[in-house]
Amino acid sequence: MNKILLIIQREYLTRVKKKSFIIMTFLGPLLMAGIWIVPFYLSTMTDDVKIISVLDESGMFLKELKGDETTKFVKALPDLEEAKENLLATEQYALLYIPLPKSNIPSSAIIYSNGQASLEVKNYVKNNMKRIIEDEKLKLHGIPREVLKSIETNVYVSSIKLDGSGNEEQSSVEINMVLGLFSAILIYFFIFLFGAQVMRGVIEEKTSRVIEIIVSSVKPFQLMMGKIVGIALVGLTQFMLWIVLTLVIVGGFQTFYADELLATNAMPNYTSQGLFPEDVQEVEDPFADVQDGSLSFMIESVRAINFPLVIGAFIFFFLGGYLLYAALFAAIGSAVDSEADTQQFMMPITIPLILSIVMAQFIINDPSGHVAFWFSIFPLTSPIIMMLRIPFGVPVWELTLSAILLVSGFLFTTYIAGRIYRTGILMYGKKVSYKELWKWFFYKG
Amino acid sequence: MLFEARNIIKQYAQHTALNKVSIAVPEQSIFGLLGPNGAGKTTLIRIINQIIAPDSGELLLNGKKLQPADVQRIGYLPEERGLYKKMKVGEQAIYLAQLKGLSASDAKKELFIWFEKFGIADWWDKKVEDLSKGMAQKIQFIVTIIHKPELLIFDEPFSGFDPINVNLLKKEILNLRDQGTTIIFSTHNMASVEEVCDHIALINNAETILEGEVHDIKKRFKENIYEFNVDGQIEALETDIKQHFKLMQSEPSEFGQKMSVKINGDATSNDLVKLITKHGNIISYNELLPNMNEIFINMVEEKTQ
Repeated sequence: MNKILLIIQREYLTRVKKKSFIIMTFLGPLLMAGIWIVPFYLSTMTDDVKIISVLDESGMFLKELKGDETTKFVKALPDLEEAKENLLATEQYALLYIPLPKSNIPSSAIIYSNGQASLEVKNYVKNNMKRIIEDEKLKLHGIPREVLKSIETNVYVSSIKLDGSGNEEQSSVEINMVLGLFSAILIYFFIFLFGAQVMRGVIEEKTSRVIEIIVSSVKPFQLMMGKIVGIALVGLTQFMLWIVLTLVIVGGFQTFYADELLATNAMPNYTSQGLFPEDVQEVEDPFADVQDGSLSFMIESVRAINFPLVIGAFIFFFLGGYLLYAALFAAIGSAVDSEADTQQFMMPITIPLILSIVMAQFIINDPSGHVAFWFSIFPLTSPIIMMLRIPFGVPVWELTLSAILLVSGFLFTTYIAGRIYRTGILMYGKKVSYKELWKWFFYKG
Repeated sequence: MLFEARNIIKQYAQHTALNKVSIAVPEQSIFGLLGPNGAGKTTLIRIINQIIAPDSGELLLNGKKLQPADVQRIGYLPEERGLYKKMKVGEQAIYLAQLKGLSASDAKKELFIWFEKFGIADWWDKKVEDLSKGMAQKIQFIVTIIHKPELLIFDEPFSGFDPINVNLLKKEILNLRDQGTTIIFSTHNMASVEEVCDHIALINNAETILEGEVHDIKKRFKENIYEFNVDGQIEALETDIKQHFKLMQSEPSEFGQKMSVKINGDATSNDLVKLITKHGNIISYNELLPNMNEIFINMVEEKTQ
């Protein structure tokens, strides 16, 4: 037992001390945080004030176009040609030309600009004009804007899960899908990443011939288990570090840029991207009520997710799935002399994993169907498929059955792998076939 | 007997690796385990190290049945040997010593002594991949003996060493024997067998075909041939010898005439000496003993025919 601990310690420390581990540990969170931060950062970069000169032949808009701290509207020269020349000659961003309308109320405009006018500016102008025109029309009909607001209706269809004990839970299919897919892909990725590390570790011991020295001190099975457990700990460490570091980076960024965040929230264009949902409510925006509604619903749905269950299940199915596959990866590593020879044995292992990912789309659309059920029970696919299903709610007996089968599956593969491994590690320079592996399985001692 | 293997049988699907092989290794001896490639030596060694289990047969260490915990009383330097390439020398040596049951601090203390002795103390923090093959072999040797095992098993220990280091190693092996360690020594190198081994067992085709003390075996295989240099009446001597013995060879040498003679029947070495002294002066005289190489080749070829 003591020796297994020694092996675990070595496997763990040598990997954690590697440069690649340290690089991955910092790169991962940077990438994840980057997904949050970069769009925000980019949006704050357009900070110089854009001056748009307005040639308003209708005379209806100029005084109503207010502008804000990044966009200013000024009166243009009265002649269009002169105004265009003036645009080219000055630092102005664009020229907004609103021709004399054919009917009472204009509904079109042209933006002339030095370069291509940005979509953002175009939308900004468009929204402003739309508001002005609407106000004008409302005035014509004698309807105050407040009345219109009260008429505006948004329809939400909420899905509420009922369970046997009469509890109701609000749930969002979208959020469950994202959560399920994310954790399933993470498990897939981790099984491959760390399973392959086990295999490479075994091959390394074989090709460097250190294996003979080690097995004269410990049982091959101890060595195999030590390696598998050691690398599992490396995986967990990396995972935890990723989560902690991502939170630290995102959190640090948020406090550091808190002022800018509030500032940007005043700009309708950015908030409509919903980057920082918790701040969106403060926004004064014509559509604020819409976002407010869906947002509180989202928050409600996120709160409804049983996080202890999801995280607990994630760790269990990650470990179970990893242990099950890692034993097989170890057996493959023991049977070959170099990584190049692993291809023929890798196939049967990768098929169930890839199949699980391929099936994900189908299963997520019907997370309680027959296919979903069987795939989430079968140990080779259950780690991935069960994670897809869990956010949607899985009956306890199915979870228990799946867990029991996964544990027995892992014990079974470890048993088989152990028998192949102890013979394989001592075979050098032999081209191994499945028939050979079958024979090794029955070798005594 | 420090170690005994009795009637060991190990069969694989297609072939028998060991067929009722028995060896008995006396305490504080160097026991040569000889045999051509594929004879079953490595299988036997792996069985002694409990890396694989025999199909049947008994293994006794100090008269008691070999236990799993006994791996700590055995040191093994395999023929196919290596180290973790990416690990530092010191770290790795401590790890391997710990696997043999030493505590980290004891391991470090012992290792420092040996590293000093071999003059390699400054390798401690180097990575193994930066060492030459011979350097790595030295570390493997140290790691094999660091836990002071009662039984040491060396499989082709000298392969990969230059002659200077072979001598260093030989000295250390003999030292260990003198300090009470029992050593099983597997090799093809017959010259080193003659130099260091007290006992041998010759395995061929999964069976022991010869076992015993080295000088007994040599005696058993000697052909009563004597070689001498003589100065005097050579022709008369030759005629006389031919009458009583078998003259194998006679040619002039820098010390007169060099002859070799085979003694048949009841005649003794003394009879030959008397005869020689009648005709001349003996400059040198010795019995020609077969070397292990000849015995090995003869035995193996005889059995295969």
